[in-house]
Amino acid sequence: METVTNFLVKNGLVFGFLVIGAILYFSNLFSEKVLNKKIPGAAIAIIAGLVLAYIGGRITGGKNGIADVKIFSGISFMGGAMLRDFTIVASAMGASFVVMKRTGLAGIISLFLGVVVTFGVGAIIAYMYGYTDAKSMTTIGAGACTFIIGPITGTAVGASSDVIALSIAAGVVKSVLVTIGTPFVAKYIGLNNPQTAMIYGGLIGTTSGVAAGLAATDPKLVPYGALTATFYTGLGCLLCPSVLYLAVNALLR
Amino acid sequence: MTIYGVAVLAACYITGQLFGEGLGKLLGIDANVGGVGFAMLLLILLSTWMIKKGFLNPETEAGVNFWNKMYIPVIIAMSATQNVTAALLGGMLAILAGVIPTAIAFLLIPGLSKFFKTGSVETASELKNKEVI
Repeated sequence: METVTNFLVKNGLVFGFLVIGAILYFSNLFSEKVLNKKIPGAAIAIIAGLVLAYIGGRITGGKNGIADVKIFSGISFMGGAMLRDFTIVASAMGASFVVMKRTGLAGIISLFLGVVVTFGVGAIIAYMYGYTDAKSMTTIGAGACTFIIGPITGTAVGASSDVIALSIAAGVVKSVLVTIGTPFVAKYIGLNNPQTAMIYGGLIGTTSGVAAGLAATDPKLVPYGALTATFYTGLGCLLCPSVLYLAVNALLR
Repeated sequence: MTIYGVAVLAACYITGQLFGEGLGKLLGIDANVGGVGFAMLLLILLSTWMIKKGFLNPETEAGVNFWNKMYIPVIIAMSATQNVTAALLGGMLAILAGVIPTAIAFLLIPGLSKFFKTGSVETASELKNKEVI
């Protein structure tokens, strides 16, 4: 047993391919035979991944989902930022530059709107929960944008560590919600064309959620959503600790 | 050769990401600004140029397409390594701060996309049938 465990840990990435392949196979089977393809196999596989992540977190108390279980550690490399971004870039092959250019302005406006609105509503919710100081409101508002903007903003404005932890949790909730929710609401918000995908990427912004949500909805839309979403975290890190923090300060006075 | 395609993809990735890192530094923030986006645009422009010049044979293209097809599996692996427990244990404030602003952002999508609708809107399947770029 020990030999097998060590072997699987040593060959983690390859074992990861096998595990993910098996998850996709059974998800597709389930989608076809049980759900009549009403929910795509990829969406089921992503939800299965999240369930595994929860189980992993519960068993080990770690932060990396199922990858904290030793034999599955290779999955964290397979699902890490490098391969994620590498495959997203590859998805641009065959995407239409014309569409991207034509929707450019809408993308930029949706980015600003996405960050400001999300931040504002997040900060108001923080206020209603009794976090009435500008630092905490700003940090939680930033965390409502993405789980990266939250801690970066919190550190910049000098928020307390429990508020920073809260902001990360809010960002992760958003990421999970976007991942699961996108394929289900896609129909109602007209998310079936590249233009809307770019606006969606700008408004929602959380890279992992947007990437997974679009993959589950229609993989052809991925490059368009990813293109705008990739600017969201940068923009948020720029606006939240500066202009938006000052705005919160001004409003509280 | 297949590796040429992978190398072209890698070149775009490295250049774009470095540019994003540099832009982040320049703006004085600790984050990559649009690296993936720049890399994507680079790949689109470079592959268009290569098609024109006849450099892009099916085997080279296969090197990019393999990674394109690995996208969904990688995303599943990513989901399986998210800190889902933290999301659920963050309490009501974390859940509300995660859910309500996101729901509002979702509601803005149809309006914004209607506002910016210029000419015909192709659906993804129509786009597929058209010649790309």
